Formats: sequence, C-alpha cells, structure tokens
Amino acid sequence: MLELSGFTWFIPLVKLATGEPPLQQLQDLFKMIGLPMLAMIIFLGLWHVGAAKVVTSLGQVPGPVEVWKQASILIDEHYIEREKEVKFHERQDVRNAKKLAKDPDAEIKKRPYTGRQTYFDQILTSLWTVFVGFFIASIIAIPLGIVSGLSNTLYSALNPLIQIFKPISPLAWLPIVTIVVSAVYVSEDPMFSKSFITSAITVTLCSLWPTLINTAVGVSSIDRDLINVGRVLRLSYATTVFKIVIPSSIPMIFTGLRISLGIGWMVLIAAEMLAQNPGLGKFVWDQFQNGSSESLGRIMVAVLTIGILGFMLDRIMLTMQKFFSYDKNAVIR
Amino acid sequence: MESYLNIDHVSIEFPTPNGPFKALDNVSLKIDKGEFVSIIGHSGCGKSTVMNIVGGLYQATEGGVILQGKEVNEPGPDRAIVFQNHSLFPWLTAYENVEIAVKSVFKGKKSKQEMKAWIEHNIELVHMSHAKDKLPAELSGGMKQRIGIARALAMEPKVLLMDEPFGALDALTRAHLQDSLMEIQADLNNTVMMITHDVDEAVLLSDKIIMMTNGPAATIGEILDVKLERPRHRLQLANDVEYNHYRSEVIHFLHERHARKVA
Repeated sequence: MLELSGFTWFIPLVKLATGEPPLQQLQDLFKMIGLPMLAMIIFLGLWHVGAAKVVTSLGQVPGPVEVWKQASILIDEHYIEREKEVKFHERQDVRNAKKLAKDPDAEIKKRPYTGRQTYFDQILTSLWTVFVGFFIASIIAIPLGIVSGLSNTLYSALNPLIQIFKPISPLAWLPIVTIVVSAVYVSEDPMFSKSFITSAITVTLCSLWPTLINTAVGVSSIDRDLINVGRVLRLSYATTVFKIVIPSSIPMIFTGLRISLGIGWMVLIAAEMLAQNPGLGKFVWDQFQNGSSESLGRIMVAVLTIGILGFMLDRIMLTMQKFFSYDKNAVIR
Repeated sequence: MESYLNIDHVSIEFPTPNGPFKALDNVSLKIDKGEFVSIIGHSGCGKSTVMNIVGGLYQATEGGVILQGKEVNEPGPDRAIVFQNHSLFPWLTAYENVEIAVKSVFKGKKSKQEMKAWIEHNIELVHMSHAKDKLPAELSGGMKQRIGIARALAMEPKVLLMDEPFGALDALTRAHLQDSLMEIQADLNNTVMMITHDVDEAVLLSDKIIMMTNGPAATIGEILDVKLERPRHRLQLANDVEYNHYRSEVIHFLHERHARKVA
C-alpha cells in the first residue's frame, strides 16, 4: 500500500521498526531521505547567498527566510479573515434576532460575507478550476482516443488536427475563449463566474491533447491476438471496448492523464492571470501590480505553492495509475 | 458423404504496393469429425493463413470453408483458436480468462452454477486447478498455454484450431503439453486442426499430416495418413519402425522435395 501511493521512503522505516537488518534499512533510508535532504539544504544555501546579491526596484530579492516569513503572514491573514467572517455572522444573527423580537413578521435579510479572499481560498479556487477543466478534457479525450485508436481511418483523419492544436499556447486561446464565453454564457444569475469558465475552458483546450494521443496510441497498440480472442467470442463493440480495450490501455491512458494534468496546472496559472479568476494566478498578478516590498516574497510563496501542489497532483495520478493498472510490477516514474 | 469440415478450393490474395500477393492457391481439404489434423510446412508458407481463414479472421479471395454444411466467413466460438502466444488477458486471473469465454458463449444457456462448474471442469482438464486464481504474469509459459487451451475447450468448439500452440515453449514443457493434449483428445475426441513446424509433434499427435509447399501461392503438397495406434506413448514410439517411417516421410518432403531456397 505504501509502495502504491508513492511513499517508498516510508518502507525502510517500517522495516526498521519491524526488526529487519538495520544496516541495509539505514542505507536505504539515507538514499531515500538523506540525499534529497542534502540537495534541499544546498539549494536553500545557494538561494540565500544568491538572492542577497540581486537588488531590484522592490528591494532585495527575498531569500528563504523572508519567503518563510511571508508564508506565515499569509497563513495568519487567513485565520484573521476567518475570524472576521465568524464575527460578521454573529453580528448579523444578533441583529436579526432583535428585529424578530420587535416584529415577528419583519423581513429577515441574510447577507453573505464579502470579505476579501485569503490565500487558501485562492488555492482552493485554483484547484477547483483545474479539476473542472481537466475533467472536461478527460471526458472528451478518453472516448475520442479510444474510438480513433480503434479505427485507423478516424485516426488518420484526426491526426493533423491534433498535431496542429496541440502546440498552441494557452495565452493564444485565452482571448478567443474570453470573447466566446462573454457572448455565449449570458445569464441573469450565473452559477459560475465568467473568469472561472474562461480559465477552465482554457485548461481543457490545452490538456486535451496528451490524453487523446496517449489513449489513441495505447488502444491502437493492443496485442492483435487479444482483439482476435474478442472476435472469436463474438463480443459486441461495447463489450470489446470495456472488457478488452480499456483494461489493456489503462497504463497509456493514465500516462496521458498525468501529462494532461501537469500541463493543465501550468496553463491554469497563466489563464488565471489574464482572466482574473481569483486563484493563484491572480494572486501572483495582483502582487506584481501591487509592487510593495513584500510582493516578491509573496510571489515566491505562490511559486513554491504551485510547485508543491503540482507535485502532489502528479502523485495522486501516479497512485491511481498504479491502482488501476493490471501490471503492478511495472516501474512507473 | 459430406465431410464435417470442408476447405473448398481456397485461395487468398493480399494487396501490396506491387500488386496483389497470392499467399494460398487452391487449397482443398476435407476433415472428418474427431480427426486430428496437423498442417506442417516451412515458415512463411501460409499455414497460419489457412488456419486464419478457417477461423474466419481472414476472408478467402476464392473458395470457402464449409463447416457441417454451412459456410463460415466470420470468427465464432464454434471454431475456437489457441494462439501461439497464449493471448490471455493479463489483467484477468486464469479462472476469469476462462470465465469471459464461458460467459459469452453460454449466456442464457447455462445457469451461474453450471457455468462455474463448467469453468472449473475445463481448468481441471488441463491440470491447472491449483493456480486458477493467479494472474498470467505469475504463470510459466506452459501453464499459460494450458489455460489458453482450457479457454478454447470451454467454448465447446466444433473445430479446435491451434496455431503453433507449443511453438514458444521449451522442449520438455512442450512434451508435457503434448501428452496432456493427447489425454484430452482421447477423452473428448475433438476435431482439431493444428499448425506446427515440429515433425515429431505432427507425427505423434495427428491422424493426418498436411504438408504444404512453399509460398508464394502455396498449396497442399502431400497428405500423410498416420495410422499409429492410440494411445501413443513417446517412449515406445522412439524406436518404433512405423513411427520413424512417418517421420522420415515428412522430413523428406520438407527438406528434399520442398526445401526452402533461402534459409
């Protein structure tokens, strides 16, 4: 289970605890934890020394210490803001209760709290946006990939289109998407904000291709004999797809999904900057426009957050890939 | 009298950039019910193509295949195929690999319990009950092929087609599987068509050996009736005059009369 979820570094600890030969486990431990820690320390050292030497219009480039400080401030701000929200609701409830006591038929208004978004709200917005965009991309790309992998004709027809659309930058899509969304998505009481939809669709447009291509390749490279077994059994098209095609191309499909999610996450930040979707991208952009002495430090917090979250998303996909693949021994990196 | 399986004047051409390539020319063969027939020939002579046409995976350009008075031109479980590389679904256990065949062939004809019993019976037939819950990756080559045979037998085919079923196995494993196959054959008396390039295998197992000429436009060169008594035992046959006579017949055909020009 630990191995499945990628927590391989935990294994020697468990083995050590269960009394297996300690020397070997310690060596493993050094390789898995010691070496990366060492690299991290060297990196932080270089950063600290290097940053001190660059002076910008916003002051010195922040080193690790300054960035850490900004991270704590952002966390504090989150809690302060939450506290304000709780107090706001308390005040409102008290006010409403008074009104009701005076006149039981009085109209009660419950207003939502409109304080500013904290850093964690922005992270959640980003995650939600990328998830929606990636989800839409997947439900288009996987079926299309399967169908075009099964039919050479369809694949040859689609291939040029895929190759042309694949390398298009999100920044090129964004203006088109923005304008189309503004024109098409018109409603009195919109469920989602336009900026959210624009960002999500841009993510979709860019993360569609790796899944589509990998699925098609995975499906078209299925062992012919396995398909022939299906033909001998006279399985229907649907049964062939669900019982033979999908299980055997799962590893390739997940490889595609992992690349797609990685690209989607990268694209999202750019899309949010331009579309002003209140996520991490907008945070970076706002800090850049703000230009206070704290801005660079805060942007770096965001940069690191983006990196760590991207890594975690990839880990989640990897775990799912291992879980769904039939070949548990395959080395997947 | 009408024969059980009739391969009637079958020719096949494959389109290539340099015009059609005639792989088989006028192949005619009649097989009786319960007969074990081997097709032997040099690699590339189109023996697998013959089997693929009978199996319905390829369409003959001319002629056709008639099974029990009906023309067959698409694949079906009445002509189950044992592939050279076992072709088990790697994500299913041995049991499930047989199950997927049984479920699709006997849907609505057998109850759940009957299906379960039938699957287990077929796995027992190939002596694999001990490993029925293992994935193909956990089985040896011979064991995988046993399950492949069990899966084909479980379809209750009218003709069992085997495409070099033991070709990928080492000599000892191959001998074990041949013995198992003879045992099963004595029991079920299936009609079997087997492709092979192994002379001993052909003589040991077959009632009839079909020797094919070299391609292109390959056809049947000679047919050898093997009249050795059953049950056959490889040890006793090793020095048997009759056995060695059949053996040398095939070898002479392959290496003298129809030797391959380029090795």
